[in-house]
Amino acid sequence: MSLRLHYHLNFNFVWKYFDRLSWGLLLSLELAAAGILIGIAIGLSLALLANSGGRAVRAVIAAYVEFIRNVPLLLLVYLVFYGVPSIGGFAYDAPTSFIITLAVYAGAYLVEVFRAGLDAIPKGLIDAGKAIGLTPWQRVVYVKLPTMLRIVLPSLSNAFISLFKDTALASVIAVPELQYGASWIYTNTFRIVEVYAVVTPMYLVTGYGLLFGLRLLERRFAIRRL
Amino acid sequence: MTLPPELNVMVKSLPFLWQGLLVTLQVSATVVVVALVLGVTLGVGLTYGPRWIAWPIRLFSDIIRGLPLLVLIFFVYYALPATGWSINNFWAALSALALFETAHVSEVARGAIQSIHPGQNEAGKAIGLTFVQRMLYVVLPQALRRFLPPWINTVVDTVKGSALVSLVGIVDLMLAIQQVIGRTFQPMPMYVLGAIMYFLINYTLSLASRRLEARFAYIRE
Repeated sequence: MSLRLHYHLNFNFVWKYFDRLSWGLLLSLELAAAGILIGIAIGLSLALLANSGGRAVRAVIAAYVEFIRNVPLLLLVYLVFYGVPSIGGFAYDAPTSFIITLAVYAGAYLVEVFRAGLDAIPKGLIDAGKAIGLTPWQRVVYVKLPTMLRIVLPSLSNAFISLFKDTALASVIAVPELQYGASWIYTNTFRIVEVYAVVTPMYLVTGYGLLFGLRLLERRFAIRRL
Repeated sequence: MTLPPELNVMVKSLPFLWQGLLVTLQVSATVVVVALVLGVTLGVGLTYGPRWIAWPIRLFSDIIRGLPLLVLIFFVYYALPATGWSINNFWAALSALALFETAHVSEVARGAIQSIHPGQNEAGKAIGLTFVQRMLYVVLPQALRRFLPPWINTVVDTVKGSALVSLVGIVDLMLAIQQVIGRTFQPMPMYVLGAIMYFLINYTLSLASRRLEARFAYIRE
């Protein structure tokens, strides 16, 4: 049995167009960062709203969460890029469209993370806030949020890494991120095996690099005794 | 009967989307079965295997889970033929999705098995059960309760991930929607209809997962 390549490996084109991959990787990280920052804003405000709001508010938020979580991200990418402008009579560029999609997607997951985080705050801390005369809003800003952010930090870093991998989907609407750079090189040079031999480690090293870096950060901010 | 054009295109395209939906279900079901068998086997290997078994599985699982599914699908689709393995788009996409889900199921299985007290396995050894007997009669039945809820979440991920097979030209629900839009220029109604169809499948699964979780919530070690 011989498992041989039907052509000779030739990495020249990959190195020649490597800036498409390096800038692509940078754009992937930027998309993921923008997505998680807006996603955190969405998730946090909806979690606070769900905690204080009535039944109707909670139902609307639950509908948003369930809908987004049970639909493929690819379909959401298409829906925001092609569907929404078709009825709205306006348009936005592909990166903006993808960031909106990713943020709405991340928001749906982060609402649950933040709600669990708010629930995990020890009641004694909130009572202590009441006891020293903090207003409800001051209790949110000075007691709940700082405590909760430290509790949910591991979930946030997992979400960020997961979003980084999801940015590969931006290639379907021609956002020039890493996977798009890869597809540009192999559609123009046919050096598919070589391109992926370089792109796969780029995803892995970045992903695991982020993982270990964020673990250090988590350890720095972990609450040892709740 | 005169329907508004948005509704009309939704109703008229239903039979065509149904064909796509069947492909989506077929791909998902195949991948779920393959990933279940392979994933549980790898999960057992990860937990009980000697280093030369566990280490390669850990490497496989970490590499596969560290890559975007889209990259994996394109890699298998384009790179396998280059090594002389002719494989059509259906099997390429299916095996990529199966690899991806196997890695995820193996982690779920490992977590479930590790949640069973080691004393259970040792007790099985003490009464003279073989390894296979200990797995089948002692460890796996107990691990099942921990395994089922997160496993159903991987099934939901499989159905969602199966939309990516449309990118290598398999006419699943996603590509069927795209093709209807290509002919009717009515993107919004079609995407909404598609989203509803995916939602109905996945929400049913999510509900089942949540109910099982609630049912097994009494278990405390």
